[in-house]
Amino acid sequence: MAEALVSLAVLLAGLAFLLALWRFLAGPTAADRVVAFDVMTVIGISFIVILALLEGRGIYLDAALVYALLSFLGVIAVARYLERGY
Amino acid sequence: MAGLLDIVGGLLMVGGTAFLVFGGLGLVRMPDLFNRIHAGTKATTLGTLLTLAGAACLRPDWGWKLLLIAVFILSTNPLSAQVLARAAHRIGAAMSVKTRVDRLEEDQGA
Repeated sequence: MAEALVSLAVLLAGLAFLLALWRFLAGPTAADRVVAFDVMTVIGISFIVILALLEGRGIYLDAALVYALLSFLGVIAVARYLERGY
Repeated sequence: MAGLLDIVGGLLMVGGTAFLVFGGLGLVRMPDLFNRIHAGTKATTLGTLLTLAGAACLRPDWGWKLLLIAVFILSTNPLSAQVLARAAHRIGAAMSVKTRVDRLEEDQGA
């Protein structure tokens, strides 16, 4: 029962990733692509946690931890660039 | 009782990933950049927190590390969205034609 629900969760997260990827590829301005990139990193953190559950390896959570801590820096760097041009 | 906790965890994970799908759907369907930031950030923050709660129900021994990930998500995700929205407003990103009021513009004009 729980395994089936986790499999369904993998499918739903993949669908969410594809929707965000569509906005990333189609987004008319650079800021739209940055928003889509931000959403894709958050979905990626969920993916890593689900993968750790499926594989049963707690060490993968450390990767999710570092990703959650550092992924916002890229968005902030691009936002500063858009704002000031350097 | 372990079986009940497993089912609750699985349902939480499905609910959380459903919120991720809603966030992606808002990202595709919303008309302008500010609406997309709103939909994408709020829905995916809640979705990821529910997914982490579900994982904590399925593997209670990972609870502290999952809680730490949740704290980092809660502190960094609104920050990046706010910085991006401020930058977009300053460079004059296009708003939807249905936008009625822009309080930041009014405050800066005063």
